[in-house]
Amino acid sequence: MATTSAIDVVMPQMGVSVSEGTITKWLKAEGEQIAADEPLLEISTDKVDTEVPSPGEGVVQQILVQEGETVDVGTKLAVIAPPGAEAPGPAAEETPEPQAEEAPAPAPETETEPVAAAPEPAQPPAQAAPAPANGADGAGEKTFVSPVVARIASEHGVDVGRVEGTGRGGRVTKKDIMAFVESGGAPAPQGERAPQEEAAAPAPEPTAPEPTAAEPAAAPEAPPEPAPAAAPPAAAPPAPAKPQPEPVAAGVGETIEPMNAMRRGIAEHMRRSLDTSAHVTTVFEIDMAKVVALREKLKPEYQKSYGVNPTYLAFIARATIEAMKNWPWVNAEIRGEQIVRKNYVNLGIAVALGGGQGLIVPVIKNAEGLNLLGLARAIADIAERSRNKKLTPDDVQGGTFTITNPGGWGAIIGTPIISQPQVAILDVEALVKRPVVVQDESGQDVIAIRPMMNLCLSYDHRLVDGAYAAQFMKELRENLESWDESAY
Amino acid sequence: MAEKTYLQAISDGLRLEMRHDKRVFVIGEDVGVYGGAFKVTLGFQEEFGPWRVIDAPLSEAAIVGGCTGAAIMGMRPVAEMQFSDFISCAWDQLVTVAAKQRWRAGTPVPMTVRLPSGGGFSGGPFHSQNPESSFAHIPGLKVVCPATPEDAKGLLASAIQDPSPVLYFEHKHLYRRIKAEVPDERYQTPFGEARTHREGDDITVVTWGAMVWTADEAAQQVESDGISVEILDLRTLIPWDKKAVLESVRKTSKVIVLHEDTHTGGFGGEIAATIAEEAFEDLDAPVKRIAAPDTPVPFSPVLEKAYIPQVGDVAAGLRELAEY
Repeated sequence: MATTSAIDVVMPQMGVSVSEGTITKWLKAEGEQIAADEPLLEISTDKVDTEVPSPGEGVVQQILVQEGETVDVGTKLAVIAPPGAEAPGPAAEETPEPQAEEAPAPAPETETEPVAAAPEPAQPPAQAAPAPANGADGAGEKTFVSPVVARIASEHGVDVGRVEGTGRGGRVTKKDIMAFVESGGAPAPQGERAPQEEAAAPAPEPTAPEPTAAEPAAAPEAPPEPAPAAAPPAAAPPAPAKPQPEPVAAGVGETIEPMNAMRRGIAEHMRRSLDTSAHVTTVFEIDMAKVVALREKLKPEYQKSYGVNPTYLAFIARATIEAMKNWPWVNAEIRGEQIVRKNYVNLGIAVALGGGQGLIVPVIKNAEGLNLLGLARAIADIAERSRNKKLTPDDVQGGTFTITNPGGWGAIIGTPIISQPQVAILDVEALVKRPVVVQDESGQDVIAIRPMMNLCLSYDHRLVDGAYAAQFMKELRENLESWDESAY
Repeated sequence: MAEKTYLQAISDGLRLEMRHDKRVFVIGEDVGVYGGAFKVTLGFQEEFGPWRVIDAPLSEAAIVGGCTGAAIMGMRPVAEMQFSDFISCAWDQLVTVAAKQRWRAGTPVPMTVRLPSGGGFSGGPFHSQNPESSFAHIPGLKVVCPATPEDAKGLLASAIQDPSPVLYFEHKHLYRRIKAEVPDERYQTPFGEARTHREGDDITVVTWGAMVWTADEAAQQVESDGISVEILDLRTLIPWDKKAVLESVRKTSKVIVLHEDTHTGGFGGEIAATIAEEAFEDLDAPVKRIAAPDTPVPFSPVLEKAYIPQVGDVAAGLRELAEY
């Protein structure tokens, strides 16, 4: 693994839509030895928190981004000097330093990200990618874009960076962009970064198709292993340039702290979901007596034989997936003008991080193929890995339905927000003993003490109607109240 | 059709209106026997008699107050201030009484106040001001600022026929300097319609009054540099032709608002703000104002030249915007 030139550590691409990450902790200091693949730092993105392993063996020569800082994907974070390599002086490393913009862009589609995309030392060209079309001497500097130029660029789909500016300081004027448009300047394909094959070609045809999430590979065949390709289409458009947060002044008795990447991600996603879906919530009361009894019976056996706890969540997940067979739109998606039905269930389980640090929704892939034991194991696995920050980007992508479980703290009713682009989310509430009216053996109404639980389903009324949701919930309730041990 | 000076056009227009409508009369200091400070009403008393061309005492408040009462009673008075600077003495009659009357009582106040304004001849601080923005701010008043002989005549006719009090700012520096063909007959130039003084593609200059001619010379100067300038002469500030300004801004995307009045609180600020509000996405450069500095008008010819926007100032502004 030893190489003779310094190895750059860059902010990895942690999923399709992730454009930046925050350094949460450096695990090595400058001057410390590190082995290849040994954890070097911890990062936090809006999708996942993870460790970044060292791309090579050597000495941590330089740390360029400090803890707490948020930088774009591809930004150089540290330099590792391999054994025997001469420590390059600061001047020497100016040259190869990539501009943040030059970093490998998010691949538009079907990307299969390695867990941590730190480039292998053998692949430094990843950073030597052709410079984005910023103009020969643009030097990547951002110049002012006037309102009219911004509007024309947006109307014609033109990347202003591709237009040569004749205004003050190289600014692109209205005349410049009009001339560019009139000369047939092509709309920039989204996410385009002038791949090498196209580099020599003239400007692409104006009709160049934009890559969209509906690539043939992704949708129609609905393969049994859909996970990577089913990246949410909502993630496709590249995020606009992020505005610099304005500093706010603290009032008397207030303290101020910056939002971390996860909090910003949650904030954006929650808002976008409410703006996208027509949220309605339906609440069902479930008599859990049968499940409680069965769980008591299975618990010692599961723990002894498999080392896993048959949680209520596992029962509910199993019953939910079973009910979806007859009510598949609960597990569907609206993509453009079309309804996408899925013959698999990628079940997201919302996991809260301690201390209000946020939440993460790891996904159990192909959960329809798991029985009660399999689900119990899968839930235990993702919960464990969430706490230990061992989740990979794949673990949090491609969900088709989500279960959230605030009942553990005693909540009895909730109206959760749907995780886009899904259309429903099930909220599992507290299991409490309540007096309810039941019938005794002779058909008489009597009051009995029963373990009751509320299940709340938020669904997107654009696709799922109220009656449909209620019928799905009715079947879910029947599955739980008359649990058939042999069937599950 | 004959070539007339700006001053002759005003005089002719006033005479025609007085011949046409017996309700029209003139009142002011020395307007009768002397023929007015600038001789606009020279010979009027001979033609129309002392009851329609009235020499008033030295009180602008009395002149404007009298006109207000006469207008309410159905006359169509035309008051002359010797200099627009003196209108401040009649502020109360004009702003408190005349401007409010129509909203307060529903009666029209069809009066015109002629206001010889502007500098350029070393008149100093009391005889050179351009106080149009003060009155543009008063709801109920209309504000007119002709730049050409033809408009001077047509806008005066419209002012006299208008049911509201109209402040008619006639620029002294145009009186005898600007000559053009003017139709002989009676006609009206409508309020609220800007005149495209010059068509161009690169930069719009929005202006009025004497500055139209300053802009015109500057536009000719920069033409050789390949800068194509459009000049909009607003002609009336209240009402002003927002539509024409926004249309021109959408074409050129760069604007200079030019006026001889001082910078702060000048009417150019209103125009610039409207462009920012309603044509933001059409702008390719900041809206630029060229105006007099925030001081009284100096006596000294050298200082006055430095004070009033000159052709060179406007040309420099045009070049700066063109390069932006």
